[in-house]
Amino acid sequence: MSDYAIEMLNITKTFPGIIANDDVTLRVEKNEVHALLGENGAGKSTLMSILFGAYEADNGIIKINGKEVSIKNPNVATDIGIGMVHQHFKLVHNYTVTENIVLGREPRTRFHTLNLGIAEKKVQELSDKYGLKVDPKSKIDDISVGQQQRVEILKTLYSDSQIIIFDEPTAVLTPQEIDELMIIIKKLQAEGKTIILITHKLKEIKTVCDKCSVLRRGKYIGTVNVADVSENELASMMVGRAVKFEITKNPPKIGKVMLDVQNITVKDHNGISKVKDLSLQIHEGEILGIAGVDGNGQSELLMGLCGMLPVSEGKILLDGNDITHESIRSRIEKGLGHVPEDRHKYGMVKQFTLSENAVLKDFYKPKYSTKYHTLNFPKFKEVASQQIEDFDVRTGLGADTVAGSLSGGNQQKAIIAREIELSPKLLMIAQPTRGLDVGAIEFIRKRIIEERDKGQAILLVSFELDEIMNLCDRIAAISHGHIVGIFNDGEVSQREIGLMMASSEKGEKDEG
Amino acid sequence: MKAKDENRTFIDKLLDSDVAISILVVMLGFLVGTLLILLVGRNPADMFSSITESMFGVAKRNGDWNFRYVGETLAYSMPYILCGLAMGLPARVGLFNIGAEGQYIMGMTAAQTVALLVTPFPGLWFFCLIAAIIAGSLWGGIVGILKAKFNVSEVVATIMLNYIALYTSRLWGFTLPGATTYNTAPLPLESKLTKFLIPTSNFNTGIFFVLLMVAIYYFVLNKTKLGYSMRATGYNKYAAKCSGISTVRSVTASMLFAGAFAGLAGAIVLLGGAFPKGRIITGMDNYGFMGIAVSLVGNNTAIGNLLAGVLFGILKQSQSLMQSRNIPKEITYIIQGLIVVFISLRSGLEIVKQKRLTKKLREEALSK
Amino acid sequence: MNILTQLPTILMIVSPILIAAIGGMFTERSGVVNIAIEGLMGLGACAAASTHYLMEAAGAGRYSLVVALLVGTATGWAFSLIHAAASVDLKADQTISGTGINLLADGTTIFVAQILFKADRTKEYQVGMLTDRFGMYPTAYIAIAVVIIAWFVMYKTPFGMHLRACGEHPAAADSVGINVRLMRYSGVMISGSLAGLAGGCIVLTQTIQYTSGTIGGRGYIALAAVSFGRWSPLGVTLAAILFGGAQAFAVISNNIPALASLPSEYFNILPYAVTLIALIATSGKDYAPQANGIPYEKGAS
Repeated sequence: MSDYAIEMLNITKTFPGIIANDDVTLRVEKNEVHALLGENGAGKSTLMSILFGAYEADNGIIKINGKEVSIKNPNVATDIGIGMVHQHFKLVHNYTVTENIVLGREPRTRFHTLNLGIAEKKVQELSDKYGLKVDPKSKIDDISVGQQQRVEILKTLYSDSQIIIFDEPTAVLTPQEIDELMIIIKKLQAEGKTIILITHKLKEIKTVCDKCSVLRRGKYIGTVNVADVSENELASMMVGRAVKFEITKNPPKIGKVMLDVQNITVKDHNGISKVKDLSLQIHEGEILGIAGVDGNGQSELLMGLCGMLPVSEGKILLDGNDITHESIRSRIEKGLGHVPEDRHKYGMVKQFTLSENAVLKDFYKPKYSTKYHTLNFPKFKEVASQQIEDFDVRTGLGADTVAGSLSGGNQQKAIIAREIELSPKLLMIAQPTRGLDVGAIEFIRKRIIEERDKGQAILLVSFELDEIMNLCDRIAAISHGHIVGIFNDGEVSQREIGLMMASSEKGEKDEG
Repeated sequence: MKAKDENRTFIDKLLDSDVAISILVVMLGFLVGTLLILLVGRNPADMFSSITESMFGVAKRNGDWNFRYVGETLAYSMPYILCGLAMGLPARVGLFNIGAEGQYIMGMTAAQTVALLVTPFPGLWFFCLIAAIIAGSLWGGIVGILKAKFNVSEVVATIMLNYIALYTSRLWGFTLPGATTYNTAPLPLESKLTKFLIPTSNFNTGIFFVLLMVAIYYFVLNKTKLGYSMRATGYNKYAAKCSGISTVRSVTASMLFAGAFAGLAGAIVLLGGAFPKGRIITGMDNYGFMGIAVSLVGNNTAIGNLLAGVLFGILKQSQSLMQSRNIPKEITYIIQGLIVVFISLRSGLEIVKQKRLTKKLREEALSK
Repeated sequence: MNILTQLPTILMIVSPILIAAIGGMFTERSGVVNIAIEGLMGLGACAAASTHYLMEAAGAGRYSLVVALLVGTATGWAFSLIHAAASVDLKADQTISGTGINLLADGTTIFVAQILFKADRTKEYQVGMLTDRFGMYPTAYIAIAVVIIAWFVMYKTPFGMHLRACGEHPAAADSVGINVRLMRYSGVMISGSLAGLAGGCIVLTQTIQYTSGTIGGRGYIALAAVSFGRWSPLGVTLAAILFGGAQAFAVISNNIPALASLPSEYFNILPYAVTLIALIATSGKDYAPQANGIPYEKGAS
C-alpha cells in the first residue's frame, strides 16, 4: 500500500529546557521533493537529525519504504540509504575533498592502510555525472562556500543515498548559486531520489517543491500541495496568523554626511585583504544596507569600522572626525554604535546581569561613579530597567536577570536598547533578526525605522536580501571586498542586486 | 517549554551551589585518602587526629592547652592564602597562572637582598615586604604582557619562568653576603616579622598584610572599574574588547597583582621566623602549586581563598604529625591532587544537571 | 670539539622529551590537551625505577630493564585514564584536570616510595641502561622507532585519519559514524603510555633513582615542543631536538674549557629560556587542531 518513502510517526524529542518535537508525524512519498517549513526553533532540524541518526527520538516509529527501522546512528542511516547535506558543513578544513567524502568508510589496501587513489577516481566520476564541478584533490580551505556545499552533496551520492535531506541549503549561496542548486535538486529527483528540503524560504519552496509540511513550535501543523497555495498562505501556516511582509515607511529625511569611508582596506587575522579599496557615505536620517552573501567582506568591514580589525589603507571619518586609527573605546565615545553580527560572542556577556550588560560600553564614565570612586551598581540597574521597559525585553527578574537566560529575541532587544540609548551618531547593525521569532523580528524592524525617522544614520548589514530591500533607503552590493554598486530603494530588483553580489571584480560576472 | 521551578529538589539546589560543591569535593578527597591509608595498612584515626590537633591544638600534660600547632597552622596558611589569590585573580580574567611559584621565588629573593644589603634599621622588614611585592609583581607582569600582546600561552610560559626564577635566584644568591651552597649570612633582626598571638609558633604579623591583600582582592574585583573590566574579560574577552574594554590592561593588571600576592608570600615565609639565614634554594617550596588547588576549592573568590588557604594550612601542619605516626605525609598531596581533579569536574556537573532537566521535561511531555 | 662524539649524550637527553612530545601530539591531534604529561612521566619513572631496583635485587638480570620500561609505560597508561574520563566523558576543564593529575602524581610517587622504600625516593639500583657498540643508548632507538610508527599511524591508517578528524571537527567525524569518544580516549591513552615510557627512559639512563625532581619540567618542555613543532611528527622531532639539545648543552659544556668554569645554573636555565623564546616566536599564528581543548557534545552545533 505504501507509496511513502519515509514515514515518521508520533515522534517526540526533548532537550534540556525544551520539547523540540511534540508528537510530530511526517509522510514523504517516493521520488518527491518535500519541503519542511517552519520558523527558527520550530523543530525541523531536530526532526531530520532523528531521521539521519544524529539523535534518537524519545518516542515514535520510523518507517522507510513501508518497513519499520531503528536508526541508531548516522552509519545505520547511511546503510539504509539516507544522506544529509548539513546546514553547517561538517567538513574537516585541512582535508581534501576526497578525504572528507570518504571519511569513515575509506577504501583500504590489503594491509589495511588508506587507499585514497581509488576514492579520488570515484569522486571524479560522480562529480561529472551530476555536473557538480568539484576537484577531488583540492583542500576544503581553498574552495568556495558553494563548492563546499557540493562536497556535502557528493558525500551523500558516494554512499548511494536514495533519500537526501537538505538542511537550509541556500543561506550561504548567491542568487545564482541558488538557481544552480535548484537545478541540481531537479536532476537528483530525475534520477529517482527522494528529497527533503528544510527551509524557511518560501520562494524556494514554490520553485522546486512538490509538497510542503509545516512545523510550528515543535508541533506538526499540516501538509499541502505547493502548487495549490500562495506564499502568504504558507507564511500564515508557519506563524499561525496573518503576516505583514512589507513595512510601510515614509520617505527618508536626509541630513549631512555622518560616515565617510574613503578607500579602506581591511585584512583579516591571516593577513588576507577582505575589504579592498572600499568607499561609501551614510547620511543622517537614512538607512544604508550592505547586500551580499556571507564571506564577501561585510564582517571585516564592520570589524574595521568598529576597531576590532586594523585598517591598513584609507580613512574613516565619523561626523568629520578621523577615527581610522582610534581605539575601540575612543570610537564609541565619538559616537559609533554597533549591534554585532554574533551577539553571543561580541554583543554581551552572558554571565552578567542585564544591569551589568547595559553599561558595557560606558561603565567607566563619571555618572556611574560614587564619591569613593567605586562603581554605582544601583545606577546600572536604573539605566537597565529603563531600557528593559522601553524595548519590551521580557525577563524573569528584571534588570537582575542573568543575560544568558533570556531568549534570543530578548537578548537582541536588550543589546539594541543599549546601543540606541547611547545616542550614537552612526548605528551599525549586523544581522539584526537572525535566529529570532517573528514577534521579535517585527518589533526590531519597526524600531530601526523609528530611529531612522528621528534622524539616526544607520548602516545595516544582512544576508537576508528581503530584509535589506524592505528596510533600506539605499542599498550597496558587496562582492569580494568591493562595493560593486549603490542604488536607491526601488531602483533595482532583487535579481539585479543578486547579479552584483555574484560578480568577481568590478563589472565582471562570475563564471562559476 | 521549560521545567517548572517548584519541582527543583534538594539535589538540584545542591548542584547549583558552588560552596556546597567545594565542600563536597574536599570531603571526597578525604574519603579517598582515608581509603588509601586503610589500603596500606595504617590507621586513619592517626591521620584525623593529626588534623584536629593542627586545628585546635592539644592538651599538655599539666592540663594547659598547647596552641603551638594552631599557630603553625596559621603560619602555613598565610602563603597558601596569598598563592591562592595569585591563582584566583588571573583565573577570573581567564588566565591560568601556574607561575606563582616563580613569582614567590622572586619575591623571596628581593626580600633577602634588601635585608642583607641595606644597613639595618627598625622597620626594615616593611621595605623587604615592599621589595618582594614589586619583584613578584614584575615577574608576573612579564607573563601578562606576553599573553596580552603576543598571545603566548601562559600555561607553559609560567612553568618555564618558574624554573628560570629558581636558577636565577641561586645565581643571584651566590652574590649576596656570606653566601655558601645553601644559605647566606644571617638575616638581621630588623628584617624579621614580629611574632603574633602564639609566640611558641611562627605565626607573625604578616597576617595583617595577608588580610589586607584579601580585602584588596575583593574590593578591586567587585567594586572598581578595573575589576569590572577584568570580570568582563574573563567571561567573554571578545565582547569586552568590542565594547571598548582594554583586555590588555585587564590581563596585565591581573598578573601584576598576582605576582605581588605571590611575591609577598615568599617574603613572609622567609622573614617569618623559620629561616635564620637567607636562602639559596635548591627546589621549589610548592606553595605556588598548592595555590592552584586553594583557589580552585575557593572558587576564585576572596573569602573562598581565605578559607581554603586555612584548610591547606591545616593539612600542611598535620603532615609532620602524621609522619611521626607512621602515615606518609604525601597522603596530603594525594588528597590535594584528588581535590583538584574533582574540582575540574565542576563543569561536568552541568551535564548531570541537564540530564535531570531533560528527564523531567520528558516525563512532563509524555504524561499529557 | 666534535659534535659527533657528543651525539649519544644529546640523543640520550633528547629521546625522552621526543617520546613524550609524540604522545602529546597524539592527544592534542585528537582534541584533548594533556598537561598531565609531566605527572605521567613522573609516575612512569617512579614505577620503572622501583621495578628495576626490585628485580635487580632479586637477581633478574638484564631483561629487568625491559620489564621496568613496560611497567612504566603501563603506569602512565593507567593514570592517563583519569584524565581521559575527566576530559572526554565528564567534559572537565582540561587544564585544571591535567594540573590536578600532576599534583596527584607528585604525591602518589613519593607516597609509594615511602611505602616501598621508607624514603622520599626510590632506592638506587646498581646498573641502568648501557650503551651499545656505537655508544648509543637503547632509548635513542626507541625514540626513532616511536617517531616512525607515529608518522605511519597518523597519516597512513584509517585510525590516524579518524583521530585527526576528531581534533579538527568532531561534529564532522561524528556525522560519519566515527566514535569521537573512543578516538579521544585513544589519543589520551597513547600520550599516557608514551609519557610513562619517557619517564622510564629518563630514570634508567640519566640518573640512578627517582626523586621528586627527576622530571624537572621536561613534560612541559615536551608540550611546548608539540606546539612549536606545529603538531606534525617532523616538526615535533625538530623541536624536541632543539629543546633537548639546550638541556644537553649543560652536560656538554663540561667538556668545553671556556664554559666549564661557569656555574651550572646558567646552563640549567638554557632549556627553559630557549623554550620560552620559541613560544614567543611562534605565538600569533594558529596551527593548532581546531577543536583542541574543547569538549565535544553531540548536537551542540
